[in-house]
Amino acid sequence: MSNFRARINVSLRPSVLDPAGEATKSAAIKLGIKGLTKLRIGKSIDVEIDANNLEEAKQEVEILSERLLANPVIEDWNLEFLPFD
Amino acid sequence: MTIGIVVFPGSNCDRDVFWATEGCLGIPSRFLWHESTDLDGLDAVVLPGGFSYGDYLRCGAIARFAPVLSSLLDFVNKGGKVLGICNGFQILTELGLLPGALTRNHKLHFICDTVPLIVSSKRTEWFENYKFGDKLLLPIAHGEGRFQCDEETIKRLEDQDSIAIRYCNNPNGSINDIAGITNEKGNVLGMMPHPERACDELVGGIDGKSILKALIST
Repeated sequence: MSNFRARINVSLRPSVLDPAGEATKSAAIKLGIKGLTKLRIGKSIDVEIDANNLEEAKQEVEILSERLLANPVIEDWNLEFLPFD
Repeated sequence: MTIGIVVFPGSNCDRDVFWATEGCLGIPSRFLWHESTDLDGLDAVVLPGGFSYGDYLRCGAIARFAPVLSSLLDFVNKGGKVLGICNGFQILTELGLLPGALTRNHKLHFICDTVPLIVSSKRTEWFENYKFGDKLLLPIAHGEGRFQCDEETIKRLEDQDSIAIRYCNNPNGSINDIAGITNEKGNVLGMMPHPERACDELVGGIDGKSILKALIST
């Protein structure tokens, strides 16, 4: 069994208003950032998981993402496996 | 006739509901710890407001896996009544008993106010003592109450006559002014306003009484 490291990025679906992102964008413009056309806030979740192989680890993390970490009604997610430092 | 009031770590309206149901309305009520799975003898269950599990991850996302809620699915399937208030409404959507999701208020403010609402469906027992278009005043207190769903779902809710109450002056950006919805069967109601805080004239009104009475109407 090996240990795998994954990062799940959860973001609001493009059709869902992101008021926190809008507020942060307006602060960024006040800061003087030039050319900023979009700012949306999501979250990133790091996990480490034991599995027999990458495929098995991926399966588990996909279930975790779909059923707990993201709410498919309002959020999209994607998954990347990372090397250990 | 007994109702159960679920207590999650972080619930903070559980005692208010008890005060309203047993104290103001005389409905025998008991608290249900989130780890219990025994709903025997209950006619209705209330999921109260608050910040269950600290609202970590998303409001209601962790509460959804509480043992008491696995029993709740059976309870609902058998026709038991469930009322989710505020955080309770958020939990019901996470659990899939009601469609959609409650998201951050469009202006980011936590809104604590008493707001006018309009009864927009009389299809279920929850609002049987009201007339269509009746207005009521109820307190709201939430940061994440903006009801959101896709176009297909909103059409289904409208077509099924499942939108129970709407805001008169939409405070949070909810789609179609939604403040509360029911499931198709009508035994589950989720609402952001707090009926339990409007059950005595001394605290500003009694417009919430009739909704709570419906917990035990047959």
